[in-house]
Amino acid sequence: MIEILSTGAVNSVQDLGRTGYLDAGVGRSGMMDAPALEIANLLVGNDKGAAGIEVALFPFRLRFEADTVFAVAGADCPAKLDDRQVPGWWAMTAKAGEVLTLGLPRSGARAVIAFQGGIDVPLVLGSRSTDLKSVFGGFEGRGLNRGDRLSLAETSRRVLRMEGGYGADVSALRGPAAAKDEAIVLRVLPSAEYAVFTGEARSKFHETDWLITNDANRMGYRLSGPDLALTRKLELFSHGIMPGTVQVPPNGQPIIQLAEANTCGGYPKIANVIEADLWRLAQAPVGARLRFEATTRDTAIEVLQQQRTFMAELAAAAALMRGWN
Amino acid sequence: MTDVVSPRLSSEGAGAILLDAAGPVFSDDIQSRIWAVAARMLKVDGVAETVPGMNNLMIVFDPLAIPPGEVEQQLLHIWQTVVPDAVAGRDVDIPVVYGGPDGEDLAALADHAGLTVEEVVRRHSQAVYSVAAVGAMPGFVYLSGLDPALAMPRRAVPRMKVEIGSVIIGGAQAGIMPCTAPSGWHIIGKTKVPLFDSLRDPPSACKPGDRIRFRVIEVQA
Repeated sequence: MIEILSTGAVNSVQDLGRTGYLDAGVGRSGMMDAPALEIANLLVGNDKGAAGIEVALFPFRLRFEADTVFAVAGADCPAKLDDRQVPGWWAMTAKAGEVLTLGLPRSGARAVIAFQGGIDVPLVLGSRSTDLKSVFGGFEGRGLNRGDRLSLAETSRRVLRMEGGYGADVSALRGPAAAKDEAIVLRVLPSAEYAVFTGEARSKFHETDWLITNDANRMGYRLSGPDLALTRKLELFSHGIMPGTVQVPPNGQPIIQLAEANTCGGYPKIANVIEADLWRLAQAPVGARLRFEATTRDTAIEVLQQQRTFMAELAAAAALMRGWN
Repeated sequence: MTDVVSPRLSSEGAGAILLDAAGPVFSDDIQSRIWAVAARMLKVDGVAETVPGMNNLMIVFDPLAIPPGEVEQQLLHIWQTVVPDAVAGRDVDIPVVYGGPDGEDLAALADHAGLTVEEVVRRHSQAVYSVAAVGAMPGFVYLSGLDPALAMPRRAVPRMKVEIGSVIIGGAQAGIMPCTAPSGWHIIGKTKVPLFDSLRDPPSACKPGDRIRFRVIEVQA
């Protein structure tokens, strides 16, 4: 059991998301930085899809009620277990009564906490993710409040006995964090209406450092920059959209759909952020700048393959580490 | 249908393909084909989900399990060869209290249509609607089959809160609110039929291809 001591209501229980219900209007949800959850889960000996906590509002504090193996991943934030420093991407054991504190990130926007066993909330439509917009799943269908007590699933894994724990080197997967004044580069593929935008709009789309406005949450980010114009007016029928779809409503300012995107939309689509780069968006805070770099399908698939290979190797290595202690 | 429309394909990332067969107006024939293709595509290895829209269809797949080019090939082949199933859907009856405090736009819609309130209710409740797609929000049905005389452009400013069960009209489409949410559609009545329950599987009361009839319980002033 863990008890939440301080939080904001946007912090929530998430797993890798809900699949199979898009045609009932039920969106994906799930951890915005999904690879971070996978890695943290593998480190603590879970299946990669066990439910953890997404922290987007800081400081966040929780108390462990029993000895628990946990890992913090995602945003680079100062973390402490009572007085001990907690490195990121690192599995360690908390003792009963100890308090974990996550401070405001030095870089990135969302931290992920995984616990051995995973958070034990009911599966709703095949997932433990909270759908904040539709108010179901996760912990009582809502974000976390102070005083909430979450159960962890029983696990046959042993408590980590290696003093200090162990971690993962994720630099090959995630590269260096963008400097504060640098735009975060996202690779995109053109989508259905790309060619209907004016040549000028297409150039601006790729050349602009787009600002993430305050209107940014798990549903999507509204961006600010030059207006993107179409060569003709379009009235589209409602159609399926995905996390990563970049729409341009009539005001010309793009919106990127994210984890809790509606399943269907009607605005013209200029591009899609590739799947393998969605975690970069999860780690892009309000006020950050984004740059859209054109890529190819082959590259998108190659990068996704690299991510999967990394996860498979990490899973094997983590299994070995557990065997040793 | 002898001539099959050639659809446009585009991608939404590496793992989703959008097939768009829409012309200037919504076509029931095309929509039947969309549903049939969706069902067939779900059986293709590596395809995870299909999302029927209005005369369009999104296929979601694992691009490491099946290359996008192969999904496109199969999609086009199935599109050309599939025989739409005419009687796929179920009949769903939606009892409605029209007008009154829970149907506050009924009179305005009648004014806009140049019809009496009674005539609007008669036309709305005599049509047989088809669930073209379910989406946007959980359990929301996009209905085709609205009497064109009842079409009315959406409100310039959406209401921040439209109650669950509201029977609504937006442009040439009819719908029902599956949950309380913002909407720019006009509210003409209310039903108590639940359309979405996350604790049931399937969670949505209606599926694409279902036929919906609105039944008049009462017309309030």
